[in-house]
Amino acid sequence: MITEFTPYQSLAGGVLIGTASVLLMLTLGRIMGATGILAGFFRPMSLEDWTWRAALLAGMVTAPVLMLAVSGQMPPIQVPISKTMMIVGGFIVGLGVTFGSGCTSGHGVCGMARLSPRSIAATITFMIFTAATVYVVRHVFGG
Amino acid sequence: MRLISTYLIGLVFGLGIMISGMANPAKVLNFFDFAGTWDPSLIFVMGGAVTVAFIGYRIVLARPAGTPLMEAKFNIPSNRALDGRLIGGSAVFGIGWGIAGFCPGGALPAVGTLNADVLIFMAALVAGIFAAKALQTLTANRAAKATA
Repeated sequence: MITEFTPYQSLAGGVLIGTASVLLMLTLGRIMGATGILAGFFRPMSLEDWTWRAALLAGMVTAPVLMLAVSGQMPPIQVPISKTMMIVGGFIVGLGVTFGSGCTSGHGVCGMARLSPRSIAATITFMIFTAATVYVVRHVFGG
Repeated sequence: MRLISTYLIGLVFGLGIMISGMANPAKVLNFFDFAGTWDPSLIFVMGGAVTVAFIGYRIVLARPAGTPLMEAKFNIPSNRALDGRLIGGSAVFGIGWGIAGFCPGGALPAVGTLNADVLIFMAALVAGIFAAKALQTLTANRAAKATA
């Protein structure tokens, strides 16, 4: 499945992601890491700890609804794999981000921006393994 | 005030994810498919996000008050150890991301689309997180027993 090269849109999206990360640090002093925010949402340390996570997640899921309201269409979600593979992939991601203490947002954006050695090592590792997995799935098994 | 600003920050993050293409598995997987239908768009997402955060964090963390606006202190990870758990976990995450094309930050805002694949991914993701936490508790208990 070919996708269109969208440098300006992707850059604009990246700038918004970075801006949100900076604002969360400015207001609550927190890292914008999806893994940590989600894990803490299900196992909060206190009611106050739960409410900010809930507010943040509520804002996130509002985004596509707002885009639908403004532009009349949802942003594209094209899935080139089966539902079974989606379950397998999702479960593996859950295991990995928990042991790895973060994902693309926490390590890849926030940690890289802090020049954290752990995050830089984590980001390099998952980028290599993601690329290798895509190669194996698409070009070795021919999926 | 605190919840409203946090909600709006989540909205900005969500818009960024949706506009950038991070919530579109076909686009994410194509970024990593150098040998096939390569789409380099995501380098612009990463570049834009890291550049803004790099500059912004420096300004925010240098605030004369030494604290965030609505909390008593900055909550920043202090662990600096490059251990097997970090590298192994990240490798496993990469394998999962390469299969699914969704990462947690990419899929979370997309939950608002109620797309079936997104919901399936989220359910499996949360199950994986709980399984890993249970495994961590189990091994920690075993280690505690072994030393007791």
